[in-house]
Amino acid sequence: MGYVAIKGGKAAIEGAAAATDYLRACNSEREAPLALGAIEGQLRLLVSRAVSEGGLYHPKLAALAIKQFQGDTLEAAFALRAYRSTKPRLLETPPQNTAKMRVIRRISSAFKDIPGGQMLGPTYDYALRLLNLGLVNEDPGVFRAIARRFLDDAPENELPDSFPKVLDALRAEGLLPALKPVAGTSFDVTRQSLIFPVPRSAALATMARAETGSLLAIAYSNMRGYGDVHPTIAELRVGYVPVMLPHPVTGEPMEAGEALMTECEVVAMFEGDDQGGKPAFTLGYGACFGHNEVKAISMAILDRALQKGMKDGATNPSEDPEFVLLHVDGVDSMGFASHYKMPHYVTFQSDMDRLRNTQAKAQQKDIPQKKDTA
Amino acid sequence: MNTTYELPLDEAGYAFGFMDEYAKKEVRRTILKAICIPGYQTPYASREMPMGRGFGTGGLQLTLSLIGSDDTLKVIDQGADDSVNAVNLRQFVQMTCPGVDVTEKTEEATLIQSRHRIPEKPLTEAQILVLQVPYPDALVVVEASEARRKTMHGEADYSRLLVKLYEDLVKFDEITISHRYPTRVHGHYIIDPSPIPRWDVPKLHQSKALILLGAGREKKIYAVPPYTIAEPLAFEDVVFRVEDFRDASGNRRTCSRCGASNSFLDEFSDEADGEADGKIYQCSDSAYCDEQLARQASAYQKPKTEEAA
Repeated sequence: MGYVAIKGGKAAIEGAAAATDYLRACNSEREAPLALGAIEGQLRLLVSRAVSEGGLYHPKLAALAIKQFQGDTLEAAFALRAYRSTKPRLLETPPQNTAKMRVIRRISSAFKDIPGGQMLGPTYDYALRLLNLGLVNEDPGVFRAIARRFLDDAPENELPDSFPKVLDALRAEGLLPALKPVAGTSFDVTRQSLIFPVPRSAALATMARAETGSLLAIAYSNMRGYGDVHPTIAELRVGYVPVMLPHPVTGEPMEAGEALMTECEVVAMFEGDDQGGKPAFTLGYGACFGHNEVKAISMAILDRALQKGMKDGATNPSEDPEFVLLHVDGVDSMGFASHYKMPHYVTFQSDMDRLRNTQAKAQQKDIPQKKDTA
Repeated sequence: MNTTYELPLDEAGYAFGFMDEYAKKEVRRTILKAICIPGYQTPYASREMPMGRGFGTGGLQLTLSLIGSDDTLKVIDQGADDSVNAVNLRQFVQMTCPGVDVTEKTEEATLIQSRHRIPEKPLTEAQILVLQVPYPDALVVVEASEARRKTMHGEADYSRLLVKLYEDLVKFDEITISHRYPTRVHGHYIIDPSPIPRWDVPKLHQSKALILLGAGREKKIYAVPPYTIAEPLAFEDVVFRVEDFRDASGNRRTCSRCGASNSFLDEFSDEADGEADGKIYQCSDSAYCDEQLARQASAYQKPKTEEAA
């Protein structure tokens, strides 16, 4: 018998890579390779997840990652994160003003009428989830006509570029506490590790690039009953935020580009003021790159829950900053779940040693080990 | 949106050591702090590596931050140089650190990255051992909250860990911790020495080589500096014991390949060639096993050539 240890690793890795790429290409007789533009446009919500969970606003690279990793959002986000590791951080952006967002959709579930008006925009919220068999063999001509028709029908210059924030109206009415200036710079989760207790900005930054499903699951636990945020969406908006950066020479803010973002502000249970002032509603904030409303809503609810937990102590998992913030990162959690597939021969050998020893001792004593009834 | 933007095709051209220089500098500074406070889990802003969290990203960041073109690197996983993960990590370092030599021989390496094992061959002052760490905190078995664990470490409050060992003795008449054995470093901090078997724990004590432990996902770096006391947690009347490789009649099992009786063994099922129980044993450390074989071959060859002369 030869050396049975895990030899031949190199050939195995190359073979695995070839097999994976084969599956991507095995229909090449009939199908064309995916163009990045097609992914960016037609799978835009997938791109949204990758840029947000990858923490890198680069839709082109996100489309590439989605193509390369065959549509796996965790892997695509992961590849963007790894790419980030090679790039230095050149400057810290000043706070960006989302009131300047070029909105494609904004709604409020708090008021029928909001300043600027409700704008449903692109959403599946009221779509019937009936499979559209018309898309099965889509004719390219018909496909192109969709966009042309939409633009032809769209009224020109009817909508303003930006809309006032609903929260400003609530603040003016005294239903929300006035904005307090925040001292110091925000916590950069890419340059500092979380040491608890962490400031709210660290929590927000962690959740902004968290995995959508993880955030949703923990937020849902709060919604269902393991918590009592009871949110009302004051405003949910989706659109392009102008990114203002200081000019390299003059230092004056200049628009360097824009980023598609989803922002959600929830109003929750009111509480008394620390200084004995009037009670007011409390607020939860969620925002992420791309168009991902479930993520922004989940984040806003968890922000509210975490603020409560930080103030009064956590009574539910969703209010515990350590529990939430250390378990929502997709790259971390998927990596660790995957690592169990690696060889653990040595530790298992060691486990067997302990078990056999314990079994032998139990046998020697002739006292059968009772099942743990505790 | 700017629709004319094109992807530059040199996006995949990476700098030496993959990570940007600021990141490497931060890791090096964290290493210095970790050495100054033996066993203290020094937090750092761990970067994402292009392999999974849990596959050795903490160790890899240490390696990439330390390695220079005059280094010779050895990478092992489960004691073997040719296991898939070791191959993967080694290839990545070779790809991103041109000019670096690699070796499978323990004594030739200046830098050794390992998962789950410390080489059998004693390390030297000229070497650095980097261990990959999934769980950096030995207290996690008794306390889930990181904030509370940090306080316990600061106060060297390890009573609950000792209680856990005691409860093991009451329930099983044996300490059941098989690997990741809690080890006190320099008389204060208790570390999780990474999932090395108990067999390797004594190698931490007064090690000539610097031992660095990196947990990428948990964002911690800690160290067992050279010539530092490292004591596995035990009781005065219950001593720490390594894995027992004796067979039913009390004889030390040997490696079926090289015959070594002083190495950590992997166990395999083999109905044809195995012992009575259908098991055979081989060295887990493949370089050590190869060296024993080579020594036997040359010892066998020498008398032969003498005969010829």
